[in-house]
Formats: sequence, structure tokens, C-alpha cells
Amino acid sequence: MNITVASEKTMTSETHPIITISNLNKWYGKFHALKDINLDVNKTEKIVICGPSGSGKSTLIRCINRLEVHQEGSIIVDGTELTDDVKQINEIRSDVGMVFQHFNLFPHLTVLENCTLAPIWVRKKPKIEADELAMELLKKVRIPEQSQKYPGQLSGGQQQRVAIARALCMQPRVMLFDEPTSALDPEMIKEVLETMIELADSGMTMLVVTHEMGFANKVADRVIFMDEGQIVEQNNPENFFSNPKSERTKLFLSQILNH
Amino acid sequence: MINTKIPFYRDPRFRSLIVQILVLALVSYGLLFIYQTTVSNLVERGIQTSVSFFDDVAPFKIGFSPFLEFDLGKTTYIEVFYIGILNTLLIGALGIAASTIVGFFIGIIRLSPNWLASKCALIYIEVFRNVPLLLQIMFWNFAVFLATLPPPKKSIELGFIYLNSRGLHTPKPFVDDLTNFNIWMFILFIGLCFCFWINKRSKKQFEQTGKRNSIGLYNLVGFIIFAILSYFALGSPLGFDLPVLGKFNFKGGGQLPLPLFSLWFALTIYTSAFIAENVRAGITSVSKGQIEAARSIGLTRTQMINMIIIPQAMRVIIPPTISQFLNLTKNSSLAVAVGYEEIVAVWAGISLNQTGQALIIIAMTIIVYECMSLFTSFILNAYNRKMQIVER
Repeated sequence: MNITVASEKTMTSETHPIITISNLNKWYGKFHALKDINLDVNKTEKIVICGPSGSGKSTLIRCINRLEVHQEGSIIVDGTELTDDVKQINEIRSDVGMVFQHFNLFPHLTVLENCTLAPIWVRKKPKIEADELAMELLKKVRIPEQSQKYPGQLSGGQQQRVAIARALCMQPRVMLFDEPTSALDPEMIKEVLETMIELADSGMTMLVVTHEMGFANKVADRVIFMDEGQIVEQNNPENFFSNPKSERTKLFLSQILNH
Repeated sequence: MINTKIPFYRDPRFRSLIVQILVLALVSYGLLFIYQTTVSNLVERGIQTSVSFFDDVAPFKIGFSPFLEFDLGKTTYIEVFYIGILNTLLIGALGIAASTIVGFFIGIIRLSPNWLASKCALIYIEVFRNVPLLLQIMFWNFAVFLATLPPPKKSIELGFIYLNSRGLHTPKPFVDDLTNFNIWMFILFIGLCFCFWINKRSKKQFEQTGKRNSIGLYNLVGFIIFAILSYFALGSPLGFDLPVLGKFNFKGGGQLPLPLFSLWFALTIYTSAFIAENVRAGITSVSKGQIEAARSIGLTRTQMINMIIIPQAMRVIIPPTISQFLNLTKNSSLAVAVGYEEIVAVWAGISLNQTGQALIIIAMTIIVYECMSLFTSFILNAYNRKMQIVER
């Protein structure tokens, strides 16, 4: 397994990081949401970000595809720095897939149309090719039979799997997950997590904000704990769960694991 | 012991039946009373209610009748009624078309991230929807257009088009050579079919190869050139009746009288302010998550507006906009103020004064508006259902 810690530059020197975040600062008005974040993500690495609500974990991954604008520092995705340049932003967005807590499927389009919209209009793929690709990915998330239905006709778990397929249809290099299971029933959490585990096994680079510690333990190469806009601790899952260093992490883990 | 029998006066079905019978009786009595009062009043004043006046010649002039020929001394009352309906339909159609376009434009600008544009749209909306329509119609007609446009002798000329304080005067086409005109129409029809076929083919090509070609513009330009060439090839089957300056105003040609123009302008501005608010409400009703999802898959702003926001916003925009369309059609009756000859002016106004047949004339006017409104909402509700079903 490829476990790298961002601060140790020597270990990452031979593998070029796909995302480099340095000295990132973000404010909402006067509220300092992200404080001096430094993070390198390597190809095929799976990172789980956890922390209490309001700790800035969602804000961090939303900065990576510029759903949020940062004020200081830099984010470089696959060699392109995120600036105000609309063309660059759209290029990065089409290379970075995102899955949301509330799925955000387009309710007026069928499942298949949800998946083919961006390949056709952004990637300029022929419709036939886009359809084929979408069906292949819908098979992968195990709902090809729902392709002609509308999102409103599906269960939450199915909708979230469609959302994953929609993001994958752009053949992204990185996938971001913003609390993908927080709005789901326990049974549906399982089906979505299974899909995500399969995706992880296929070698996708993933950044996942989640409270599913079982998933973190099983899949993550690195677990990051954030609090008050800062990265408090990062480690591989074995050390993170068995031997947390900071008091804040210990408190968080005891609260999240003992209920 | 359980007693299942309840007293009848505590049974909700019995109670509701009683209430319904009472209301029905009251309403029937009210209608009967109105009917009897009307009949006795008519008898008292010696008014004979009959439709025989329909075929009498109308002793007044109607200046604007673009669809039916008006001939003073020949045109009958019932023809005046038809002219009124057609003129109302004309202003309704013109107003609906223009206010929809302007309303959408202003509504979208209202939500623009550009501060200045957004505030200008806000001022537009708040000024025009808060001033009474009658005032606006009179303002545009008397204070703006009549005051600023020159008299007929000093008309603003644009080729054979003249603009003056009486209105806009244009050449009016008429069919010169009927056979050639029919041939020309047939050729144009074939050309139109050809354009549709090309369009369909390019759409198919786009689906198969992903290559997008802007065929629409070539199609349009090609069709226009084709139409002009075939027109001259057939020896110009249309003639043009040119407006000629007479003693007081232009004679002949087509004309858009100033009252129609003022009314159209005021109705458009007034109604578009309301439609803009509907559009704004519709667009803001699309959740933030939809916009984030659209951005996250790399759609451009224009693609996002066209493919994600507008289709979802339409479901919220259409129902209140139907009401605005109905309002516009009914508000066109305020044309009395500037002298545009629509149904209330020529039928419920002049014709009623001339004949005194209030009962029939008012009833017919009501029925006309009722039919127009029901027809409009029928069509738009069908469209609305199509947009709503899409979700599931």
C-alpha cells in the first residue's frame, strides 16, 4: 500500500501529486473557515477527511473544484492552478467528479440523461458513445434497469449511485465525496459504500468527507482529522484509530465510536 | 352496550345536505329576483330586447380594421362586433408576445451578478408595476408619443415608411397575380420542408459524431435568399399599395395607428414588470444544489441556464404567467382612453349608445372575454401539464 504523508516531501518526489494545496486560507466574511491548509494528494490515493461539523472539511473539498473561492494560497489540480479564469475552472471541474450529500440529480432528466448531459455538452461526445458509456457505468453501480426512470422515482441509495455514475461519466481523475451517505437510511448507506469501495479498488483517486469510520478503516490510505479550519492530525488508518496523537482527535473518536 | 345509532342531526352527512339545500335556495331566489327586476324595468321603460339590430347599418366610422373591410353606410352592427373582437385579439396577441420577451429579459437581468444591471431591472419593475395602467397608457400616448412625434406633413421618412403623430404608415402588399402567387407560396412551402429536413439531419449528425454545426443561421439566410430570388423569378406576384400624403394624413397602405402603438407599449411595459417577477421567482426556486451539480460537471454558465435552470424554473413560472396573459387581454379594454377600436370601445361603447340594447350587448361582451380567457388558459395549461409531467 502506498501511504504517504504530505509534509514528507522526499517520499512524494518520485510520484507527482495530482492535487497540491499550499497555505490555503478562506474566510466567510470575518469567519476564518480554513487556516493554512497544506495537503498533497497522490494519484490513486484515497483520503478520508473527518471532523466535527463546522470544522471546514466540506469547505476544503468544495474549494478543490471551486464551488467555493479561496482568498489566499494556491490549489493546483493536475498541473493547473485554480484562478478566476473561467476556462481553467471548467477544465478542472470536468476532470474532478463530485458527489453531494443530497445527490443533486437533475429532476427533469432521466437517469440516463443525467449521466450523458455533461459527456455530450462538455466532452462533445457523440450521443451513442455517451449512452454506451453511461450504461456501462450504470451497470457498475448496479442500476442499469433504472436508466429510463426519473430521479424522483428512485430510492435515496439508488439516487446516490446514479450521482456517482453521473460523475464517473466524465471519466474524472479525482472524485470528491461530500458526506455521500449522511442523508441515507442505514440499509442504503451499505449499498452506496459498497459502490464506493469498488470504485476505490479500481484505482480512483478519492477524497471523501464522511463519518463512516468503518469505510475509512477499510479503504483509506490516509485519514485526516480537521477542527476549526485546520488539519489537526493525519495518519494511516491503523495508527489514526489505535493511536491518535492529539487530545482533540481522541475526544472526537471516543464520541463517534462509542454510541 | 354500544349504541351505534346516532341522532340524525349529529350526522355530518345530514348537516352538509341541509347547508347545501339552504344555499341553493338562497341563490335561486336571488337569481329569480334579479330576473324579475330586469324584466319589469325593461317593460317600464319600453325597451324591446331583440337581436334585430344586428343587421342594421352602423351609423359611425371605424378607422382601424385591418382584417375586415369597413365601409361606412354598409357595415352592420354585427360586423362591428366582429371587428371589435378581431382588434382585441390583435392587441392581446401583440401584447402577450412582447411582454413575454421583455419580461423574461428583465427577469433574468434582475438576477444578474452585475450590480448595476440588477438594480436597473429592479427600478424598472418597481416603477412600472406600481403605477396604474390607465395612467401609463395616457402618459405614453399623450405625454410622450403625441407630444414628440411630428404632424403628418413633417413625417419621419424611412423609404416608403412614414412615422408621425397619427401612427406608422407602411406599404401594404396585395396579390397582383394569383396563379404566380400560389406557385410562389408552394415553392416556399417546399423550401421550408427542406430546411426542416436539413435541421433534422444535422441534429442526427450531432448525436452520432458529437460535432456541432451552426446550421440554423445558414438555413435562415439561405431560405430568405431563396424566397427573394423565387419572388423575382415569378415576376413579382405581389403588388404594394403605398401610403400617400393626403390633406390631413396619409391615405392607403397599411397603418399602425398611434393609439394601438401606445396601448401596446403601455400594456407590454406594465405586464412585463409582473412577468419579470414571475421569472425571478421561478429561477430562484431552483435549488442551489442543482446549480452546484451543474457547475461540478463542468457545464458553462449558458449551458447551465438553458439546460438545468430554465426547464425547472418554467414549472414555477408558467401558472402565474397565465394569469398575467389573461390580465393583459382584459386590460386592453382600457383602450377607450386613447381611442383604439377594440370590443369595449366599439361594441359596449358606441354600439350600446346607438342602440340602447344594453342587455344583449353587455352579455355578448362578457361572453367574448370569457371565451378568450378560457381558450388562453386551456392552451397554456396544456403546455404546463407537459412541463410538469416530465419530473416523474
